[in-house]
This record gives sequence, C-alpha cells and structure tokens, in this order.
Amino acid sequence: MAEPRVMDIKDQPGFRTIAIICLLVLYVPVLILMIFSLNSGSLVTHWEGVTLGWYGTAFLNEEFHAAARNTLIISVTATIVSTICATLAAIGMTRVKPWRGLAAAFMVINLPLMVPEIITAVATLSFFALIAGVFGLNFGIGNLILAHTVFCIPFAYMPIRARLEDMDLTLEYAAADLYATPWSAFRRITLPLLVPGIMSGAALAFIVSFDDFTITQLVAGPGQTTLPLYIWNQIRRPMTPEINAISTILLMVSILFVSVSFLIARRRAK
Amino acid sequence: MTTAALSSVPLSKAALFEAQAVKISARRNRLLSLPALLIIGIFGVLPLIIICVYSFLVAAPYGGVQWQFSTDAYLNFLFQRDIFDDTLQFTPDFLIIYLRSFLFAVVTTVICLLLGFPTAYFMATRPPAQRNWWVLLITIPFWSNLLVRTLAIMFIIRDEGLINNALIGLGVIDKPITMLYTNFAIQLGLLYAFLPFMVLPLYSSLEKLDFRLIEAAYDLYATRRQVLWRVIIPLSKPGIIAGCLLVFIPALGAYVTPLILGGGIHLMIGDLIAQQFGSGRNWPLGCAQALILMTAVLVALYFYVRNTSGKVQHG
Repeated sequence: MAEPRVMDIKDQPGFRTIAIICLLVLYVPVLILMIFSLNSGSLVTHWEGVTLGWYGTAFLNEEFHAAARNTLIISVTATIVSTICATLAAIGMTRVKPWRGLAAAFMVINLPLMVPEIITAVATLSFFALIAGVFGLNFGIGNLILAHTVFCIPFAYMPIRARLEDMDLTLEYAAADLYATPWSAFRRITLPLLVPGIMSGAALAFIVSFDDFTITQLVAGPGQTTLPLYIWNQIRRPMTPEINAISTILLMVSILFVSVSFLIARRRAK
Repeated sequence: MTTAALSSVPLSKAALFEAQAVKISARRNRLLSLPALLIIGIFGVLPLIIICVYSFLVAAPYGGVQWQFSTDAYLNFLFQRDIFDDTLQFTPDFLIIYLRSFLFAVVTTVICLLLGFPTAYFMATRPPAQRNWWVLLITIPFWSNLLVRTLAIMFIIRDEGLINNALIGLGVIDKPITMLYTNFAIQLGLLYAFLPFMVLPLYSSLEKLDFRLIEAAYDLYATRRQVLWRVIIPLSKPGIIAGCLLVFIPALGAYVTPLILGGGIHLMIGDLIAQQFGSGRNWPLGCAQALILMTAVLVALYFYVRNTSGKVQHG
C-alpha cells in the first residue's frame, strides 16, 4: 500500500545540492593543503608518501620560533588588554541609564569593524611614523600590540555585550534588595554569569590577532615577523611542504579557538 | 526622584526596572567605557584623521611627508602632471583599478548571494541538532586565516597545481591552463574568501522565519517558486542586505587575495594603496586613495542604514 508522499513545506528544490557544494568548495582546498603537509617529497604539488618530517623541520626552524614567539607575545597581550577594555565598556554601556553620546560611543567601539583593513593599516602606519618623527617615540613591538588591541576590542565586545543583554536582571535586583553594594553585586552575581561571554570574546580576539596579516605587514618593523608574515615570506621563495605544515598549525589554532567560542555560546543558548 | 518617593507611587513594570537598574548600577558606570574608547580613539580614530591631513601634503622623497599644503594627491588620482609644460593630462589608470575592484566586489557579492542564500535556507530548515553542526562548519572558515585559505586556492590553480595535473593526467589537455595571476584567480579567491560572510547573516535572519507564513501561502495555492520569491525572500531582506554589505565592503578593499592570486599584475584598490606606502613612496597619494575607498564604503553603509532603519526588526 503506497503511502501518499507528504510534501515538506520547508523544502525548496536544489537547495540541498547547493548547500553541499558550498561546503565542499569551502573545505576541499584547505583539506588538500593540510594533506600535502604530510607529503614526504619536497614538492608542494607532487605526492610521494606520508611523513611528519615537515612538522619537525618547522619546529626546528629558528625563524619559525622567532615568528611564533612574536605572534604569541602580540596576540596574548592584545587579547588580555582588549578583553578587559571590552568587558568594562560593555558594562558601562548596558548597566547604566542611557547617557548622551552612548550611540556615538557604540559607533566608536565598532569602528574598526567598518573601516577596511587596508585603510586601518596605512592609517596606523602613518600614525606611528608621525609620533616617531615628532616625539621620537617608538614602542617597538608595542606598536603592533596597540594596533592589534584596537581591532580586537569590537570582537571581544560583541559576545560580552550579548551576554549582558541576555542576562536575567532579577538576580542583580535581588542582590541589591538584599543590601549588596554595587561592587559586591557585580563581583558575586554579574561577573560569574558573564564569564562565558568574556571567554567567548577573548577567544575571538585571540583569533583575529593571531591571524592578522594586512595590518601587521604594514606596521611591523624589522625583526617583528609574526607567523602570517613568515608564511608570506616563504611564499616568495621556492616552496616546500614545510609551508603546508605551518599553515596547518595556524588553521588548527583557529579551529580550536572557534570551536571553544562556539561551544561556550551553544551551552549558553540551551 | 529618590527611591523612597518611587515606592510610594504605582509604577509601570518598565519604570520600576529602570529605577532598580539605576540603584544597582551607579551613574559612574559609564566611565567604564573610557579605556576602550580612549584606545580606539587614540590608535584607531586619530590615525584616520592623520591620513586626512597627510592626503593634503607633499610626498617626501624616501617615504613619509613634507609639511607643505597641496592637492596634488587628489589631482594625481585622475591626472598626471606633464614634466615639461606642467599641464594636467587625464590618466585613468587609478580610476580603472577602482572600477575593476568595484566590478570584482559586485560579482563576488552576487555570486555569494546566489550560493549563500540556498545554503543558509537549507541550514535553517534542518532539525536543531544538525543545524548546529552546519553553523559550526560555516563558522570555522569564517574565522580561519585568510592568508592560509588563499594559499590553499593558489596550490590548486597553479600551473603544476592539482587541477592542471589532474586534467593533464586524464589527457584532457597537454599544456597547463594558466589560471594563477589572472582575473579569474582573483575572482575565485574573493568568492572563496567571503562566502561564509554571506551565509552567516543570511542564516541568522532565515532562522527566525515564521514557517506558518509559508504554510499559509501554500494553503492559498502558491507554488514553490511563488513561496520563495513572494514570501521567503521578502521576509529575509534584512539578512540579505547585511550579508551583501559584509561581502561587498571587504571585497572592495581586498588586499591579501589580489596580492597572492593576482601576483602584482592585476591590482585592486587594496594593493594600490599599499604600493604607495611601499615601492611607490607617495604617502599622500596613498592616503588620498584610502580616503576615496573610505568614501565608497560610507556610501554603502549609508544605503544600509537607510534601508534598515525605520522598519520593525523581526525577532
């Protein structure tokens, strides 16, 4: 007895195929890049066999060490500073009576997201050149840390603000009713509830700083090579699968932090 | 009004909440936004003002600027000064690069929309558990290193890359097809780079779609096609606009993609600006070019604000 086929009202013809194609298009090139990091031959295009040797080569490479060290110094510092600033700003912009200039402040915080990266890059370069010329000030790697902090703030700010807005305010009111001072209500109630938002924001800030190429390339001085810059320098030489190995490491770091941020956000939603 | 006075009068729930909020969060909380605003103000906004100033100065011979007023940077955008008789001659070189970039950005936006909309819709109609996986799978490329992702495209389309090797191996062609360092390569790279930027905002708008409306449309004898064009697409307009903007703006100012896949032969605005600060050694010109790009972005943002404000946000 044939059952009458029920039409799923949500379906549209061909959409499944396009979705699967999109996923393949997004992943196949990156997967090929990762697979070739295991190539035992020294060509990036010709497959010879499986080895982990190129990871070893990368880990023993002095230049790679220096680049990894610079990257970590910059992105860890920028993440910490930007997450603290973003947390304070999110509280200062949600847990207050609307103040004059609030909309403008919100725009300033989000500005780095709206300005194309290349403009931020040349503007920052011009700025540091100017203060070096006029005041003789050069913060060394601090230049890069400051530049990164600026564009990390909005990324850290978004999930923290979202969390503050979703939060059930009755708990804070209850604390206030029970004579908690504003500070202890914040420390004992708001802050613990805010931790997932802060962690999610910090993870995003870390990724964007860790991965940044454009701004770093223009602002970096000599000896301030980061991992993306190191990869760029390698592209212009004859390439070996070492570059695939280093690229794979960078991708893994991104995937790890995105997944962490994503899982925190999911748990919150449940 | 003091709290004591407040408690004696009946208040709407909203007003009570606000009164309470004021009580627990002192006025001075607004000062907490100061560190973030100062950092972005000094190291983000001030540099933008500086390049406005720089664009009206004269280039120093070895990079940097000389403090002397001039509008040459803007004139140079369209004209070249003749060395001998000092007349201005129309040279559209820069203009062509701007128009090319605009075209690249428009094509990228359109194709991303054509691919991204069905994908986002398909994701939004999955059962919740499956939906989370799809979102994670699109989120990962969204946040992955753009340089590395572009490199992955480069490996595939090189003369001795995977596509050419496969085609030669299959006997379809006997000489590799040159794809790298062509307009095709840049276009492909832009699509690859920005596809997730289209899918995610579309998804978050489609996820909130009220499917009872689709049911109602079918009850009123709409066809699938009519449901798509007359119900689903109009309802997801905010997501479509947001997605288009999120693709168009970074595509217009793209730097990494044309740098790696265009090989310095096929320039886009991003490379052009960077060049003035590098080998071009003409900072004022670079600043002027950056500000012209910024103007284009502001125009796009203006249309976005005009199209979204004044309407009820869904969800």
